Amino acid sequence: MKRTITRLLMAPSVIVLLLWMIIPLSMTIYFSTIHYNLLYPGSTRFVGWLNYDFFITDPAFLTAIGNTTLLVGSVLIITVVLGVALSALIDKPFFGRGIVRVLLISPFFVMPTVNALVWKNMMMNPVYGIFAWIWQSLGLTPIDWLSTYPLFSIIVMVSWQWLPFAILVFVTALQSQDHEQKEAAQMDGATSWHIFRYLTIPHLSRPITVVVMIEAIFLLSVFAQIYVSTNGGPGYSSTNLAYMIYNQALLQFNVGTASAGGLIAVVLANIVAFFLIRAVGKNLTV
Amino acid sequence: MTLTQQKKLKTVLIGSLAWIIALVLFFPIFWMFLTSFKTEAQAIAFPPELFFKPTLENFAIVQERSDYLYHAMNSVVISFGATIIALIIAIPAAYSMAFFPGKRTKDILLWMLSTKMLPSVGVLVPIYLLGRDYGLLDTRTGLIIIFTLMNLPIIVWMLFSYFKDLPKEILEAARMDGATPWTEVTKVVMPLSVGGIISTGLLSIILCWNEAFWSINLTATNAAPLTAMIASYSSPEGLFWAKLSAASTLACAPIIIFGWFCQKQLVQGLTFGAVK
Repeated sequence: MKRTITRLLMAPSVIVLLLWMIIPLSMTIYFSTIHYNLLYPGSTRFVGWLNYDFFITDPAFLTAIGNTTLLVGSVLIITVVLGVALSALIDKPFFGRGIVRVLLISPFFVMPTVNALVWKNMMMNPVYGIFAWIWQSLGLTPIDWLSTYPLFSIIVMVSWQWLPFAILVFVTALQSQDHEQKEAAQMDGATSWHIFRYLTIPHLSRPITVVVMIEAIFLLSVFAQIYVSTNGGPGYSSTNLAYMIYNQALLQFNVGTASAGGLIAVVLANIVAFFLIRAVGKNLTV
Repeated sequence: MTLTQQKKLKTVLIGSLAWIIALVLFFPIFWMFLTSFKTEAQAIAFPPELFFKPTLENFAIVQERSDYLYHAMNSVVISFGATIIALIIAIPAAYSMAFFPGKRTKDILLWMLSTKMLPSVGVLVPIYLLGRDYGLLDTRTGLIIIFTLMNLPIIVWMLFSYFKDLPKEILEAARMDGATPWTEVTKVVMPLSVGGIISTGLLSIILCWNEAFWSINLTATNAAPLTAMIASYSSPEGLFWAKLSAASTLACAPIIIFGWFCQKQLVQGLTFGAVK
């Protein structure tokens, strides 16, 4: 009796999520094996691996994979290193710590499209932007960031958004650090660096793992910043996998090839997810 | 210098450094806010102007030009709609998993988490085609459905961890006093976890409000929430940063303030309880 009720209570969540997962995914798998272009809706036929072949041999593919890796890798390194440093910096009380914390985490709540537009126009514009002004004040020639260093510009925008997340997680984690242990180490003559290196860093190892994996999942499919600021260009220089698939599907109407690309993205994300789910599962007590 | 003096100096140095970094990182938001009160000429003034006579003109123009209020209403309806539906579906599930765990509860929770790992681009094509076939493209209903499903795993997880932390003794006492399951839920569990449910809802609203991938790809003029409306400002028809800033400020301000209030829930929700 109790079991039936329990199941009934869980049923809606489980069923909708199951549908959400199975229906689109099986459609993607099906589409990836047929020739299907929205411009010629009549002619769908089975083509086997051809779509995958087409997607992988597309000259944009290797660039997109490279860009995706570079984007995910750089943002992870920037946010984790700076995140640990900054959260350690604001761990001890000082004047206005609460306000500093609020200022530091705010960029996370700025919507990605606004993020990209503010950076693109007001910060990085080569004529009127703040950077141009700083460069000129220093006697240098202003740089057109988005066309000279498109991927780097995207990395800056995305890091600006995700650094606050890392700080937020690490600050929370640091609060649970054993302060008596730190004091004992200090009594024994340990320097701040030693305490940081041998007590704080090991304490943060788990949060760091979690941050890396969660960010990786989100960063693999960065889209809005690219869509708004560079459109993947110039050329393919700032096209990542997500943008390339979008380009195939909604700009070239090539359903088959876009689906093949979509599945490649799913497989990549699953490799990351596998480790994340194991890490979370280990910690989960029911 | 004595040791206390040294310590004081260190605190001042650390504090100043933290303040400088925080101000630098916050600067783009501050600048956006400031620019929204400038005229277009002031907005692109070079060198940038810090002091000027503020105007509210931009906000009026944004409203007139892209019907800000309509898109804001879309954002509100979609975020709140998706959050409320997701809560209604998630509360029973989280309740039963927290209070009557079975052998497979853990597996189900982890499986739910795994659905969140499916990258949106992977299912863009089928969702787009299904939306087209069922007439859900560019409708609020379409986005509400997507956002409900997108956030459901996070919501179940957060509620599960709140329910699990409720003191079991109170529930047992209620049962001893002859409470039926229904009164147990409505009179004991709900009042005790109202804070948890509200902060879960708040997090869900933030995530919906800022979602950009589906909003951009599945909506056009009718159902576009603020994220998609702002994206339409990316095509430059001359420089109009002041108006862009005004629109952006209006779009972000409520959610930044929301975010300040639920920092802690954000950590728990997004790390699936792995960091507390």
